[in-house]
Amino acid sequence: MNLTLKIWRQDGPDTAGELVTYPVTNISEDMSFLEMLDVLNEELTAKGEEPVAFDSDCREGICGMCSLMINGEAHGPEVTTTCQLHMRSFRDGETITIEPWRASAFPLVRDLVVDRSAFDRIIQAGGYISVNTGAAVEANNMQVPKVAADRAFDTATCIGCGACVAACPNASGMLFLGAKVTHLGELPQGQAERDSRVVSMLNQHDHDGFGGCTNIGECAAACPKEIPLDVISQLNADFRQAKKHA
Amino acid sequence: MTDTLNHGLIDDLYRLGENIADTKAPADVPIEQLWTTAKFENKLVNPANRRKLSVIIVGTGLAGAAAAATMGEAGYHVKAFCYQDSPRRAHSIAAQGGINAAKNYNDDGDSIYRLFYDTVKGGDYRSRETNVYRLAEVSTNIIDQCVAQGVPFARDYGGLLDNRSFGGVQVARTFYARGQTGQQLLIGAYQAMERQVAAGTVQEYVRHEMLELIVVDGKARGIIARDMVTGEIETHVADVVVLASGGYGNVFFLSTNAMGCNVTATWRAHRKGAYFANPCYTQIHPTCIPVSGDHQSKLTLMSESLRNDGRIWVPKRKEDCDKDPRDIPEEDRDYYLERIYPAFGNLVPRDIASRQAKYMCDEGRGVGPMVGDFRRGVYLDFSDAVSRMGAEAVKAKYGNLFDMYARITGEDPYQVPMRIYPAVHYTMGGLWVDYDLETTIPGLYAIGEANFSDHGANRLGASSLMQCLGDGYFVLPNTIRNYLAEGPFEQVTEDHPAVVEARQSVEGRIEQLLSVNGERSVDSFHKELGHIMWEYCGMERTEEGLRKAIGQIRSLREEFWRNVRVLGSAKTLNQSLEKAGRVADFLELGELMCIDALHRRESCGGHFRAESQTEDGEALRHDDEFLYVAAWEFAGEPSGAPGAPVLHKEDLIYKAIELKQRSYK
Ligand SMILES: Cc1cc2nc3c(=O)[nH]c(=O)nc-3n(C[C@H](O)[C@H](O)[C@H](O)COP(=O)(O)OP(=O)(O)OC[C@H]3O[C@@H](n4cnc5c(N)ncnc54)[C@H](O)[C@@H]3O)c2cc1C
Ligand code: SF4
Ligand code: FES
Repeated sequence: MNLTLKIWRQDGPDTAGELVTYPVTNISEDMSFLEMLDVLNEELTAKGEEPVAFDSDCREGICGMCSLMINGEAHGPEVTTTCQLHMRSFRDGETITIEPWRASAFPLVRDLVVDRSAFDRIIQAGGYISVNTGAAVEANNMQVPKVAADRAFDTATCIGCGACVAACPNASGMLFLGAKVTHLGELPQGQAERDSRVVSMLNQHDHDGFGGCTNIGECAAACPKEIPLDVISQLNADFRQAKKHA
Repeated sequence: MTDTLNHGLIDDLYRLGENIADTKAPADVPIEQLWTTAKFENKLVNPANRRKLSVIIVGTGLAGAAAAATMGEAGYHVKAFCYQDSPRRAHSIAAQGGINAAKNYNDDGDSIYRLFYDTVKGGDYRSRETNVYRLAEVSTNIIDQCVAQGVPFARDYGGLLDNRSFGGVQVARTFYARGQTGQQLLIGAYQAMERQVAAGTVQEYVRHEMLELIVVDGKARGIIARDMVTGEIETHVADVVVLASGGYGNVFFLSTNAMGCNVTATWRAHRKGAYFANPCYTQIHPTCIPVSGDHQSKLTLMSESLRNDGRIWVPKRKEDCDKDPRDIPEEDRDYYLERIYPAFGNLVPRDIASRQAKYMCDEGRGVGPMVGDFRRGVYLDFSDAVSRMGAEAVKAKYGNLFDMYARITGEDPYQVPMRIYPAVHYTMGGLWVDYDLETTIPGLYAIGEANFSDHGANRLGASSLMQCLGDGYFVLPNTIRNYLAEGPFEQVTEDHPAVVEARQSVEGRIEQLLSVNGERSVDSFHKELGHIMWEYCGMERTEEGLRKAIGQIRSLREEFWRNVRVLGSAKTLNQSLEKAGRVADFLELGELMCIDALHRRESCGGHFRAESQTEDGEALRHDDEFLYVAAWEFAGEPSGAPGAPVLHKEDLIYKAIELKQRSYK
């Protein structure tokens, strides 16, 4: 198929950016969206124009490195990562607008690349269980009911891609945060730090410039790992509980 | 380093150096007591001194993140580097199937010895016995550690950990978290590391790429790294350097590795004197989604746990290959693995499963679309499993893999059998290390997929994750003390000639890459190299093919430096420049892989030399001639190109295990 791409080009955080139009031809529907951009970049290189910078690594939907707002939607029209979006989701002749994640907590680096290190800082604030290496007790000493284990697992599958933030009109990171709080809070090992974890992670979240949640639900709708919206209720419940205990 | 001048060129390609050996494993101790003895004999560093010692760790995958967390906790100053925007995105995140451990929770006859035995045998007796035994021994601690961190492994209804069995073994010792085990283990290690970042013991440097090793007075003392955002070339010195930078499967261009996986960190160290062991051992994974066309940027693995319940077949007759598989009756299907290897069936080791799939396609019985003039695919059929356990149970076990398959191919695997084909997956070669995981450069350690020691010529499923975490959490933090206890070390300043030299060589190289301004993109070179490697140094290798490949790689490398086009500047994020540096190193490594493959005139594990096979086409090892690790020393030419490398052999000594020819029949 033949497509018209409108891509956000910006050399760096301090320079002005603009949408630039590029036609691409002979795109196969078996290509992933990123492979389509590879094709464009090969053409640009041949013409002596600098290729478009975009992030990706695993290209199998698990590392969370790829991003892109495609026609205004985080990761594009399907509920998946951009690397797993295939061109069969588009029509011949379509115009596709491609922009970077937009959120003040995710500053722009170049073209379509943004800085998501705020997520790491939220984890540093308490997104872990404090256990040193070498002294862990026998694993099967502790039973975890299957329901809890399953819910812990489901919420642990967050890939830290940031689509939830990009999709949210408030640029809130609460789905990401809620997923981690729920994962660790479901497990017996996670109880000791449950209160301090949620308070400290939320503080960091606010400090890094993410917005608050007003229950719009765009985050869960855009999440490629289908993290459910109720992790945010869990987050709020844990937060209230922590305040009560404090 | 070696007395090479007396030896002439062998096959016009390499020279022979002196033999080497591991001298670090305690001598004359029964294998069961080796690690305990070593741990006891290893020197200690008291907590007050640890604060004065610094460690650089390159890579934050399972091996690197686990090591950074553990070394940070212990009180050392750790600097950890990765090229992604967050340590959580390392390639380890993609591992699907599971992690082995000799817990014997199912009482099905498992033990540390059996895990050890399976691993050595699975590696075709080309791994080091002492290291593998230790791996099996620490495997049980890994599970305890991960569970304590909150890794959500699969559990049964009683709340206990669940296990499954994995390719090549007959016990259920694999722990898993649905099809996302690597992700969950990495998140655990990443979180442990971030905890240390918050505690101030670990400094993380994301979007930083190590481009050179600093060697001062023969010892590793730091790295030169490029800040991939600002382009700044940075000098980082430390008392010891650990490479946890993963494998080099991307030399093939198409592989299941993440796009950024590269050999640069280990190759730069190799050029500085670290021996590179067994570079030709590449694992080809049997269960990947077949290539769909030229645009393909990478291949996707379907976890081999699928082989537990899926049955592999091709049509008996070529004429049936383009039929709807559901219309091919049972009697016209050839379940070839079950037929040839009745004891293991669909669970034969990966190298066997891969090669047999290739043979079926070579015979013209492949399925799926024509790519070129071939059909490159075999069926992996779940219809029996669906009728045996029901679609829901299949979904619970493999749902995410089925979804992934459907998304990529546009076909529904609950209805139509999946198609699979082998793809490059893992590299068993890597930097040569001793029992302490130290390379031939003092003060330089290599862990995880970046070293060579534990898997031999073939890696069994679910054992890399085990090795990466074993190295990172338990082995390295114990062995590295032997070195660190010699500290405090003399300070190295940024104006030390060795540092200045390292820095200048990085700057010069970047400038060179940007100034060629030729006609061809970096990717076009990478693809061409990949074709050569897959064709001649892939699933099956011949003397003639390998010689041809070496010639082709040399001229491709020559063209690269004359004709590559890298646009943009060194002072910004520049992805073509990043790729160019990596491909330049792959172009050198590729040649060494072919030389290694050529010199090893035997078949073992992932290395199948067509000249060495039994009458019925099975791999034929030659233990009398090749029972050694090939450790290559770099011997560059004055021009900077790799010259004839020097081969040092480490004889493999099996005391606890009896050497056998492999047979899965
Ligand atoms: C799809 C897939 C499925 C797999 N499934 C399994 C499985 O089920 N079980 C199993 O046991 N194994 C599996 N494996 C293999 C296993 O995942 C890997 O071997 C293992 O994760 C490697 O871990 P590592 O820590 O050594 O390196 P990696 O995870 O590759 O990490 C490398 C690190 O080094 C960094 N790095 C690299 N070069 C540089 C540089 N020059 N400068 C700075 N940083 C650098 C990277 O940023 C990264 O942080 C699988 C592999 C794949 C691809
Ligand atoms: S919650 Fe979903 S959208 Fe948000 S970071 Fe995690 S995986 Fe991405
Ligand atoms: S590139 Fe890893 S999730 Fe898309």
